[in-house]
Amino acid sequence: MTLLAPLKKSGMATKLATSALALAIFAGSASAETIRWARVADALTLDPHSQNEGPTLAVLHHMYESLVRRGTDGSLEPRLATEWNIHPDDPTIWVIKLREGVTFHDGSALTAEDVVFSFDRVRHESSGFRALHTAVTGATAVDDYTVHVQMEGPSPLYVQNLTNFFIMDSGWAEANDVVAPQNFAAGEENHAVRNANGTGPYTLVSRDPEVRTVMAYNENHWAEAPQVTEIIYTPIAEAATRVAALLSGEVDVVQDVPVQDIQRLEQTDGVHVVTGPENRNIFFAYDVSSEKLASSNVDDNPFAHADIREALALALDRDAIQQVVMRGQSQPSAAPLPPFVNGWTEELNAYSKPDYVRAAELVKAIYPEGFSFDMHCPNDRYLNDEAICQAYVGMLGRIGIEANLVSQTRSLHFPLIEKWETDFYLLGWGVPTFDSAYVFNFLLHSREEGFGSYNGSRYANDEVDAKIESLATMTDLDARNAVIAEIWEQVMEDRPILNIHNQLLAYAMRDGINLAVHPENQPQMTTLTFDN
Amino acid sequence: MSDTKTPSRLFRLWDSDIAYSFRQSPLAIISGVVALVIILAAAFAPLIAPTNPYDPSSLNLMDGFTPPMQENAFTGSTFLLGADNQGRDVLSTILYGARISLFVGFSAVIFAMVLGITAGLIAGYRGGWVDAVLMRIADVQLSFPSILIALLIFGVARGFIPPSQRETMAIWVLIVAIGLSDWVQFARVVRGATMVEKGKEYVQAARVIGVNPIRILLRHILPNVMGPVLVIGTIGLALAIIAEATLSFLGVGVPPTQPSLGTLIRIGQQYLFSGEWWILLFPAVTLLALALAVNLLGDWLRDALNPRLR
Repeated sequence: MTLLAPLKKSGMATKLATSALALAIFAGSASAETIRWARVADALTLDPHSQNEGPTLAVLHHMYESLVRRGTDGSLEPRLATEWNIHPDDPTIWVIKLREGVTFHDGSALTAEDVVFSFDRVRHESSGFRALHTAVTGATAVDDYTVHVQMEGPSPLYVQNLTNFFIMDSGWAEANDVVAPQNFAAGEENHAVRNANGTGPYTLVSRDPEVRTVMAYNENHWAEAPQVTEIIYTPIAEAATRVAALLSGEVDVVQDVPVQDIQRLEQTDGVHVVTGPENRNIFFAYDVSSEKLASSNVDDNPFAHADIREALALALDRDAIQQVVMRGQSQPSAAPLPPFVNGWTEELNAYSKPDYVRAAELVKAIYPEGFSFDMHCPNDRYLNDEAICQAYVGMLGRIGIEANLVSQTRSLHFPLIEKWETDFYLLGWGVPTFDSAYVFNFLLHSREEGFGSYNGSRYANDEVDAKIESLATMTDLDARNAVIAEIWEQVMEDRPILNIHNQLLAYAMRDGINLAVHPENQPQMTTLTFDN
Repeated sequence: MSDTKTPSRLFRLWDSDIAYSFRQSPLAIISGVVALVIILAAAFAPLIAPTNPYDPSSLNLMDGFTPPMQENAFTGSTFLLGADNQGRDVLSTILYGARISLFVGFSAVIFAMVLGITAGLIAGYRGGWVDAVLMRIADVQLSFPSILIALLIFGVARGFIPPSQRETMAIWVLIVAIGLSDWVQFARVVRGATMVEKGKEYVQAARVIGVNPIRILLRHILPNVMGPVLVIGTIGLALAIIAEATLSFLGVGVPPTQPSLGTLIRIGQQYLFSGEWWILLFPAVTLLALALAVNLLGDWLRDALNPRLR
């Protein structure tokens, strides 16, 4: 007994040690997979209801969750909502069933109250998402896991607007004084800008704006555990630096690969490139309704003349931009909406060859001396954005229009559009609802009560406004599509927007990593897999 | 009389110590020639350059990325040094770009010189608290890298300029920013030299007969402190050209439609990985040659003006 006891003890110890070792080995191979992800720009804010903007949403989707989300094939998938139906007795009510047993990062449970709170917050005056929710009059919690969303009228497509609607914890928001979303255009800061408390698969570990954001896997997340357990997100504005970071092994996945580097990266050992069409069109827009432009040398507004708008279109050589600036990585199109979107047609998409002679004549007829204006352009948001603007400056020069290019970082560029401080600008627009109504609400409805927040053209057509508003409550989809076609016909005639092309997306990553291109350019690190 | 005076003056210059030392230094001759060629080419850019890169109507986007001395497949045009991403002739953009770089460099140095000499003369001549205040300001500024100060001044100045005039004012803001970040060197040297000179007898004599202090500073002391100022000025020119290139490279300098050498390098480096090396290489080599030549000239001038090294 005296002999056996120590032996037994040591046997136990060996067993314990072996299992600990096995655990350590297991942990080493299966967990702690860090993905270092680089993109052109950082999230503008972490406030989930402030900025409806690409990189911001892509980062937020890892920490916050929406009720439904769009998969890599573009279909709607359940997320925090497990079911969504129109109320059987009242077509103006959406019934949303919530997933049970979901908790926020701070441990509090997700209930219908949080969803109701989020509906109020996203419709607040300072929210950047208001135009998506104009048809909502209120949301009520029926029980802990059921929410009724009361619409103004029947809104059969409204659920499409929920893919970027993040659910926030009402208790956390009240405790941290962030009941109202950050007013980004006014330069406001709040607790939610640098902190996050969502239900998402990753929790915020640290955030250094414009430098790096670290997120770790949320052990309590409801879904199946992803392979990636840690995300280090680094914005790298300079394209060449971003690619160099991938080649040197500093990062694993690079978004916004410059088009000039795709071919070379494909030929490089150890990295591969995945390409796919993005649900985003790139266009120029201009002030069509002011009396006088802020930056022009003429006393009226040249863009108010239909002939000048026609000349602008005639001078745009989309094929040259595609071949030289984009190196083939774009789909030139005249339709101001991507082909994924309901309402897109071949006819809208068709464009004619540039005609500089005719364009110059049109300009000369009104302004014999030509005219000048400032062209505002972001230089770190879209693929070759600055080069596109620069190319168009050259094309306009050939028809006697002098454009002064002002290219700057996107956090300076976008407020100009929201505040109507630009006469002419470049913008890209993704359509998360995959429906034309989204384009109409944000870009073409005159600016009022939640509509037209990105209508920098100041386009205002009462007839078009009325038709846009009618879309929200139409239940007959054929009739609705007919109205969409009518609106597009009018808009194409009025030309408040000059579309350039649809972007193609390219992600480059080191070999051994698989990540599909997401049509909204919101890569989901939960879907990333490693080859073994 | 006047017929013989001009050649004799030229001859006197040719025969002077400085010119002699120049003729004896092959490095100085090469640097001088390189700098002169670039400066003249830049000054006469509108006459020499094959195209005007600032005239957007003359550009054809389809010319973009044409390699040097090769025919473009779409347009059939050829360019000696190739074409950049916008179809601009690289040679022309370099000539026009050097023009902006040199203009900014010269203007910034002259601005810094005037500021520095004024501060140095006053500090050195007056002494006391004026000297103490001016030199402490200089010390504080010297403890920051000058490019950082230029960036700061550029940023603050932009804030005061209405957005519509930012692009047209950019070049002047750049000059002021680089000039303000560079005046300290001049001020310190001039102050030191002034303190030495003011104790000398000719200054004492001028004071005794009641010459106005401003006149003493400008007519008596200034000519005697100009030697070292010229040396720093030359080296400062090279530094100012590089500072302008750095700021433009960082994207805060002149707009891309009117590129300086630094802007051209910024544009070019985006295409380095994809194999279009000429967009970066030629502007970079020009900047290097210009800065190196001016720098070597400055070194030579310092040696030539320093009696102890003779």
